[in-house]
Amino acid sequence: MAANERIAVAKTYKIYIDGKFPRTESGRYFPLKDKRGKVLANVCRSSRKDFRNAVVAARKAQGAWAGASAYLRGQILYRIAEMLEGRSAQFVDELVLQGTTRARARREVETAIDRLIYYAGWSDKYQQVFSSVNPVASSHFNFSVLEPTGVVAIIAPDDSGLIGLVSNVAPAIVGGNTCVVLASETSPLSAVSFAEVLHASDVPAGVVNILTGFRSELVGQFASHMDVNAVAFAGLDRKVAGTVQSQAAENLKRVIARAGVDWMKSDAESPYFIRDTQEVKTTWHPIGT
Amino acid sequence: MATPENKLAFDGGWEYDPAPESTDHVSLKKRYGLFIGGEFTAPQSGRYFDTINPATEEALARVADAGEADVDRAVRAARKAYSERWSRMRPKERGKYIYRIARILQERAREFAAIESLDGGKPIRESRDVDIPLAAAHFFYYAGWADKLDYAFPGRRARPLGVAGQVIPWNFPLLMAAWKIAPALACGNTVVLKPAETTPLTALKLAEVIADADLPPGVVNIVTGAGKTGAAIVEHKGVNKIAFTGSTQVGRLIMRALAGTPKKYTLELGGKAANIIFADAAIDQAVEGIVNGIFFNQGHVCCAGSRLLVQESVADEVIEKLKDRMQTLIVGDPLDKNTDIGAINSRMQLDKIASYLKVGEQEGGAMFQTACRLPKKGYWCPPTIFTGVAQSNRVVQEEIFGPVLAIQTFRDFDEALAKANNTPYGLSGGVWTDKGAKIFRMTSGIRAGVIWANTFNKFDPTAPFGGYKESGVGREGGLHGLDAYVDLGAR
Amino acid sequence: MSLAVIDNPFTYPDLSRVPAVDEVGINERVARFQSRSIKTDSKMAALRLVLSMIDLTTLEGQDTPGKVRQLCQKAIHLHDAMPGLPHVAAVCVYPNMVAVAKEALAGHDINIASVATAFPSGMSSREIKLEDTRMAVAAGANEIDMVISRGAFLAGDYRYVFDEIVAVKDACGDAHLKVILETGELGTLDRVRRASVLAMHAGADFIKTSTGKIQPAATMQVTLVMLQAIRDYYRATGRMVGMKPAGGISTAKLAIHYLVMLRETLGNAWMTPEWFRFGASSLANDVLMQIMKQTTGRYQSADYFSKD
Repeated sequence: MAANERIAVAKTYKIYIDGKFPRTESGRYFPLKDKRGKVLANVCRSSRKDFRNAVVAARKAQGAWAGASAYLRGQILYRIAEMLEGRSAQFVDELVLQGTTRARARREVETAIDRLIYYAGWSDKYQQVFSSVNPVASSHFNFSVLEPTGVVAIIAPDDSGLIGLVSNVAPAIVGGNTCVVLASETSPLSAVSFAEVLHASDVPAGVVNILTGFRSELVGQFASHMDVNAVAFAGLDRKVAGTVQSQAAENLKRVIARAGVDWMKSDAESPYFIRDTQEVKTTWHPIGT
Repeated sequence: MATPENKLAFDGGWEYDPAPESTDHVSLKKRYGLFIGGEFTAPQSGRYFDTINPATEEALARVADAGEADVDRAVRAARKAYSERWSRMRPKERGKYIYRIARILQERAREFAAIESLDGGKPIRESRDVDIPLAAAHFFYYAGWADKLDYAFPGRRARPLGVAGQVIPWNFPLLMAAWKIAPALACGNTVVLKPAETTPLTALKLAEVIADADLPPGVVNIVTGAGKTGAAIVEHKGVNKIAFTGSTQVGRLIMRALAGTPKKYTLELGGKAANIIFADAAIDQAVEGIVNGIFFNQGHVCCAGSRLLVQESVADEVIEKLKDRMQTLIVGDPLDKNTDIGAINSRMQLDKIASYLKVGEQEGGAMFQTACRLPKKGYWCPPTIFTGVAQSNRVVQEEIFGPVLAIQTFRDFDEALAKANNTPYGLSGGVWTDKGAKIFRMTSGIRAGVIWANTFNKFDPTAPFGGYKESGVGREGGLHGLDAYVDLGAR
Repeated sequence: MSLAVIDNPFTYPDLSRVPAVDEVGINERVARFQSRSIKTDSKMAALRLVLSMIDLTTLEGQDTPGKVRQLCQKAIHLHDAMPGLPHVAAVCVYPNMVAVAKEALAGHDINIASVATAFPSGMSSREIKLEDTRMAVAAGANEIDMVISRGAFLAGDYRYVFDEIVAVKDACGDAHLKVILETGELGTLDRVRRASVLAMHAGADFIKTSTGKIQPAATMQVTLVMLQAIRDYYRATGRMVGMKPAGGISTAKLAIHYLVMLRETLGNAWMTPEWFRFGASSLANDVLMQIMKQTTGRYQSADYFSKD
């Protein structure tokens, strides 16, 4: 070692719950290795208790987040994009580290930034596209609006570390939901770094909670928790997806299965993704004096 | 003439003579087969069951009990009609067929109303003024959508799903059939529909209407039977979508049964809605809203206002007025035009309600029922309220699906909202206040799919209906109701 | 609100406690009354009751002693071809016709109602109104139908309206006081409810919808609001107040809808001419035709029933 060589400081990848970065309460980890078997990081292997804590945080944050103005939610999503842009080099490097080519990594980060901008712009528009005033036959004023479903458990696609995560989280939170996300099992580092971006972007604590760990261990928890209103997943095999729906039935969770989506493509973004985690509320009032 | 304690007297004196709706114009066959491929056919199962008039306990007709093989025939007929005719038809023409159904229903409205009351026990006033006109209106509304779907889903091209399996309940038999069939057809799907086993007749009469409207054979198939028949539809591999209205318990089973399949589903399930009366409400209209909320259709309404939350400062007044109003409710012959509360739909449902009345009293609630003369035969339950009950009581938490109201009081806005939302259900809610700002805060605070402010139990084909939480998945009615019957492509 | 008598019936009311009224809700309730189907014996009983509740009315600038005498004859002899019919409750005339009516009705148990207080507009001084009232009573009227000062009411001077009714009630002596709200000029059902409360607390024996000179006159909607006000007043004070819809009720069918509404809102105690009246001129004959139809099974022609 040369006398003037500097030793790099390795990053500790932790999970993100309620605006804080704890280690998993279980103390467990799994080593993430590159193609040559070199350990890149020790990643938290979150437990069901971590998930439980995350749901508590998400539930606590949900009312205020849904109550925030659409304009503010849009600004915060825009802010996330800004912060991501500023750290894009880091994200590119991390994706490369996890096995993506540099060109593809660069495109993925750019697409993620643009996707956040895209959904930021929808914050105060999707309601106008999907609401209705209903011309009922009686003397009533009647309208239907969208309201967030509540707490959304998201199992992020495994095949991309960043864009799959962003593409599933952004439409949920722009609509006033809060979420608990299980990061890609094979590329979890980007998710943890994305949590740091969120943390620096005025996103209120608890709105997004990100766990790393094993799908086999946590999917059942995501599907069965009674205080989760919707479960969204991408890229689960059919058998696991069936188990999710079966367990989700216990409290009639909305099950959002996103299969066969190429998250890099432009059709992986649309207001219909927002609508997936919205409820339609119809209100009646008499018209009279 | 003043009565003791300034009470009003409603019994005795001038009373209304019976005013029965004529049934001359009703034609019922003694026995009904299954409507498959455009004609009535005998069930392969060989089984039939009686459908009973709950007001007399007499059988009205024998109805086929479809087995798996019968359901399979129906699904095949629907698939054939889907691929060969219905999905290929120009949307405009599809719409015209649906308009025909609406028109024929309007022409035969009186007959349908009488049958609905005979088979299900609901008062003729409601079948005549609510169920049948609304059913026709639903067909009329969705007929118009058939050739306008491009405007319903901006940026997407809506495609039909294929064969829709639909299982409907006994509380609004024809109306629920309309809610299910009309949007399905408008979007280009074909249908296998199963009416409830206690109320199959208007669906079978609707089959006649569909035949009269010359719909291509197999576009709508109607199979009768009980839970097993429903399960056969749900589990059939040839079905692309399941639409169910009924209990949360069965909805959950269906959601599980569909797990691991590509079938889409919409579920309209139970409810335990809070009807919230603030002190500044138009009290007399609020009392009327309470009555309409819980005694409409014998309380057999998933969105019934079965929990009354009344602000403490007006609680005594509201309850006294409610009791007065209950004295004027006429319980009895569903075919009498003056009947307000008809027969309980079935013996089973009556037993369930009766068991809840016991539970309510055991839990320490004070039960009040009006002293009405009930017919000797048939299934009846007088309008009932419980006071002195708490959030932890079963009669407050569980869906009774009968004319039984649980009354609680609250002190302020936050307490009312918290109590309203303290339930796994989220179908509907009501709020009564003269203050506009308070209405909007409450209507946006209640976690439910339909909120009635200063009114209750209103329905319209243009107004989306459906639940949050355990009250269901998806919407029916309105533009949003189309969503359940289309594939919008990649998501 | 407690069941016991808590409020003094004759004090100035706390109008902030008057509940709001929702128009659409009222319309829906009225539609329910209208959907009641009244048949056979209950219809016959209702028709006879309606006859007995009629205030047979003539209130025209062209009224003459001759016209009033004819009206009184009709009041006594509704349709002699059908024996056993009840007679109407009262005749209702202008103050200067009271003496004529009194003479024509001598010996019959039919009340004489007189409008007063500068009917129909009420646009005169308090003194003139009181004198108008005293004059009618002195001439033999045992029921006075006064009008409230709508201008003062709409200007928010509720106290003025209240005091005026108190003064007129005083001038009535033993005569019953019916207070006409002229609901067609009040504009909203909220105001109808408020005016009802004001009138009852000021001593009205009856509250009445209309003069018949302003459209809309009586409607089931305003009548329902007034009946609900009567009910709440009775609950709070123990004092019964009567109700008189007037103007626009010309068919038996509509009158029966009113009876249904009365029965289901106030109960049996109000189902008598003592507590409920119809102010009408042409209603009686339609009721008579319906009674005849019920009896004979034949639909009737107006030619067979005397106009007055």
